[in-house]
Order: sequence, then structure tokens, then C-alpha cells
Amino acid sequence: MELTLTNTALIAERVTAPKRTRPARRNIPMVVKLAYRNLFHDRLSFAVTIVGIVFSVVLVAIQSGIYLGSEKKISAIIDKAPADLWIVPLGTKSYDDPSFLAGRERHMAISTSGVQSVEDMVVSFARWRKPQGGSQTVLLVGSDLQSDRPLPWNIAEGSSDGMTAPDTVAIDKSYYPDLGINTMADHAEINGVTVEIAATTKRIRSFTTLPFVFTSIENARRLTGAQQNQASYERVLLTPEANLEDVRSELASRLPDTEVLTQAEFVTRSQSYWLFQTGAGAALIAGAVLGLIVGIVIVAQTLYSSTKDHINEFATLRALGAGRGYIVKVILMQAVLSGLIGYSLGIILALGVITAAQDTKLTVIMTPHLAAALFAITIGMCVFAAISAIVKVVRIDPAVVFSR
Amino acid sequence: MSQPHNSKVILEAQGIVKVLGEAPNQAKVLKGIDLQLHTGELTLLMGPSGSGKTTLLSILGCILSPSEGRLTLAGHSTHNVGPEGLADLRRRHVGFIFQGYNLVPTLTAVENVMLALDLRDQNGPDAYDNAATALEAVGLGHRIEAMPSKMSGGEKQRVAIARALAGSPSVILADEPTAALDGTNGMAVMELLARVAKDTQRAVLAVTHDHRTLQYADRIVTIDDGLILKSERPKLATEGAANSDATAH
Repeated sequence: MELTLTNTALIAERVTAPKRTRPARRNIPMVVKLAYRNLFHDRLSFAVTIVGIVFSVVLVAIQSGIYLGSEKKISAIIDKAPADLWIVPLGTKSYDDPSFLAGRERHMAISTSGVQSVEDMVVSFARWRKPQGGSQTVLLVGSDLQSDRPLPWNIAEGSSDGMTAPDTVAIDKSYYPDLGINTMADHAEINGVTVEIAATTKRIRSFTTLPFVFTSIENARRLTGAQQNQASYERVLLTPEANLEDVRSELASRLPDTEVLTQAEFVTRSQSYWLFQTGAGAALIAGAVLGLIVGIVIVAQTLYSSTKDHINEFATLRALGAGRGYIVKVILMQAVLSGLIGYSLGIILALGVITAAQDTKLTVIMTPHLAAALFAITIGMCVFAAISAIVKVVRIDPAVVFSR
Repeated sequence: MSQPHNSKVILEAQGIVKVLGEAPNQAKVLKGIDLQLHTGELTLLMGPSGSGKTTLLSILGCILSPSEGRLTLAGHSTHNVGPEGLADLRRRHVGFIFQGYNLVPTLTAVENVMLALDLRDQNGPDAYDNAATALEAVGLGHRIEAMPSKMSGGEKQRVAIARALAGSPSVILADEPTAALDGTNGMAVMELLARVAKDTQRAVLAVTHDHRTLQYADRIVTIDDGLILKSERPKLATEGAANSDATAH
């Protein structure tokens, strides 16, 4: 083929000819273009990278979602019936590790300056005898049905009014099989007393395997054999002008055999007990970390491999005068693009799993904050995984371009 | 030393020595090279394998630093300049043409040229037009969107030449630019390089083994065993003006 030089002088000077049409893709910065072309050049490797990131995102999302779901489940009752202060028996580890107060706490508290109201709450383990035989330990929760924040919530069938009658309870529909219940008309026994199901709830599950059984404070005392003035916890609401710390100090000095906790302290104590003292949370965190490690290893391996495959091009870039920063940008862009695609697919899959798990015993939560944190973690993971590739690429000797 | 009218020295090497390897296995590859490259000239660097051509090309192109001696490129001394500083000098003043073309296989012809413009921070809205113009200038206006894998060796080398020209570097260094081409394409590439030197007033240095390329040279420098044996201007000689500015050491 004959080569012809049309006019090399054209190169040095701007052409006055009409401008060519520039498709949008031509406006993509060259670093980005190089990065995605490198990524898509070997589609199999790219697919492996994306699968690795998707796996990692889904695993971390589910583990983190279960963690958040666990936190929510542990503190659900405290969150739904919040108080300014809680009076709890000394040494209480969590909300569902109940014992009884002495019985004078309500009167002592209500007579304390700054206290607006005090509500008794009974929480106790109880023996549930199924209608067909067999038994199950349950966590009986008795509260004031006339409270500003009555329990339970999410009532699906029946009503809380029905629970004012003696020996009536509310249970969550998801516990029907555990409690041997088929319909609301079924009767069971709690601690030998026959109870009627007045209401059923939806998606109120405990963190432990013990089903919640809600009832009125009077029923709870009767079913657990507690005295009429006894409670497990006192839910204290303050007047608007009261100073929380002052009231707390006063209550603590007047009730030496109890602990006076703020809402946040009671929530944190309950969550810390179940998530960290029992090791359940550590297992979830370990699972999430494992997901991250898997993601980092897969992305690092494929990025390193891709960099090795394209090492000659990087050496050429270096020979042409590209600074290390330029080449590092290409590698980082590959990592970020992988992260963006992997995250997008991963979060869609994770949301699908979370939606599918909504009505199961597994509570998995996805919040905007968690989604944002996952995004940052995924991009961070991919950037971290790029380190080995970056180390490889900055050590390139541009002189190798002459030896090929 | 005789040189063409209106040309100026754009690259000057003085007493270049290069020692490669670690003691006790060191090898003195270049033993004191003095060389000047002038604008508007195509210089051929010839010599047998192992004579130090590629090492000299690497030093002239600021890819390697000399062990001794001084290099001045477009008025900038490379003395005590670190790797990033050398990269900056290459980016601003040197265009490379490689034996194996070294095009980025995932980019089209025009994108390969745009890449060179991008490295030189000439990535503005005219980058595409400028890159396309560079390809038109080397006769590839109809192939600007072709991928390297779909191009012949001659076409790839022309893309490499357009890439070297993009951004108007003052020096073009070519490593065996015809080695991978057939005779016709090889000569066409040499003609193109000669025209580049003349038309754009750049200094072009090409390492070559191919004696058929001699006809395009303004100057032929012969190197052996790390020393320049002779430097001659065949065209001036043909015109009867014998010139030999040999700087053999």
C-alpha cells in the first residue's frame, strides 16, 4: 500500500475546516475511557470481578441488615413505649432479662419533683401451654393499655380494647406455629391459667426464640403471680420544664436498689448485651468483614491481573510522558468503575433478598444510611484492592518499550 | 560543523556515558557520546546490535538518565532531574515511534492520538478534531475510528507517527520504525518522517538497520561499541559539499 503524506504542516496548526460532529462518548475523559476499555477488554475477568463485588455487597448488606434488624428487634418494645427515664432492677442486663422491683418505686417516683407520670410495666418469662399439648416459654409483657403509647402496635386482627378483659392476650401471627395456635378462637394456658387471644399483631418478633405475649398490666400480674404494686420496670415521663439529670439523681438517691436509666441507656444496654456479650453481634460483624475480605481479594486479584495484561500499554504511557499520577488514576478509575457497577447490581440483589425476607423470622433492614455506607465501603474496598496493581504499575520501567 | 540554514540545535548530548548493571557485572554501554539534533533534520542512527543505539535513544528521549555527561533538551538540562521531571520533559518535548507501534489496542486510531494530546494537557474541546487532523496528515483520514487490530502494520505505524506528532513536540525519536513493515510501507514511513522533519521543523532521529532508508536521511550517525564512529550528511555530500562532522571519540 502506498503511503502519502497529505500535509504534515496541518498538524502543527489548527484546521479551519468545519468542525466534526463529536458524539457524546468523545467527551469522556481519556482516563475514564482507558479504564473502562481496559475493564471491558477481557469480559470474563470483568465478569469475575463484578460477581466478586456483588457477592461482597450482598453479604455485607445482609449481615449489616441483620445486625440493624437485630438492634431494632432488641429495643423494639422500649422504642415503641419510650420514656424519659426507666427505673429498672439493679443489675438488669437487658429489657428481656427481667426481674421484679420491690413495689414501692412507682409511688416514690410519682412524688419526685419533675415527674409527670409513671407507668408500671411487667416483663416476665411464662410457661405457655399449647391447645394441642406441649409447652413453650414465652416473654409476657404487661403494660397499661390506657398509656399514651400502648402496647402492642401493628395490630392485624382484634383490638387492644379486647385485652382489657381478664386473661386475654395478644400474640404475633408469625408465632402461631410456635404457640400451637391456628385461629384467634384457640385457647391456651399461661402458667396454668387459660387465656384467650384478643388480638394478633404483624411483624413483632423478639430477638430471642421466646415469643412475645402482650397483655394488660393487671393480667400480667395475675398470670405471673406478682403483687398488685409490683412491676419489672417503671416508665417515667417528666414535666416539660424538668431537668432530666436532676430528676435522675433524685430518683437514684431515693431508690437505692434500682438503676435509673435514660431511654438511650436502656436501649444501648439491651443491644450491647445481646449483640456483644452473647457474641451474636460479633458473629454478624465477622460475617460482614468476611464479605469485605472476599470482595477485596477478588477485586485485587482481577485488577492486578488486568494491570499485568495491560502492562505494556502502561509502559508505553509512561514512555510517552505520563506521570505516575496519570497511570494511578487509570487504575483507580478501573477500581471505582468496578465498584460502581458491582454496587449497583449488589444493592438491587440485596434489596430483593431483604424484601423476600420481610415476612420471615429473619429481620433484615436496609436504611438510606446503610445503603450510603455500603456504597462508600464498596468504593473504598475497590480502591484498597487496587493497591497491589498500583504498586505494580508505578514500578514500570518505561525503557522496556524499546525491548519489545 | 556544517548544518542546514535556519535549523537550530534542539537536543544536545555531551559526553554521555552509560553504565548498566551492578558491580562487578557492570557494562559500559555508552562511552562518551556527543550528539546534536537539529530542527528540520531527519537523522538516522545506525550501528550493529549491541552498539548502544537503543540505550542512546532512551537517554536522548529522557527515559534513562546518563551515568555521566549532560543532556539539554529544548533548552532544559536533564541534570539531576528525577523520574517525574524526565516524564514531564518527555511529555512536553518528545514524540516516540516504536518498532512494535505500541498503540493502545483498546482505543481507536483517533483515541490513540487523543491520548497523546491528553497527556500533554491538550484535551480541550478541539482534541478530537486535532487528533483527526493529525491522522489525515498521515493519510489515515478514512480510518480514524478503526481499532488497531483491524489495521495493517503500515497503518498502525502511521497512527504511531500521528500520535508522536500530536501536541507538537520538538523532537521525534523513532526506534526501528520500518522493522515490522514490508519494503514499500517501510520506505513510505521513512518518507513521511523526512517530510515531518522538513514541513514541521522538528528534529527527527530514527534508529535503523535498514540501508534502504539512507536516501531519506539528512544526516547519518554511525555508532559502535558505545562510541560514535562517524556523522555524515549524505545529501550535502551528494551536492558536492563534503561534510563530516564526526565526533567520534
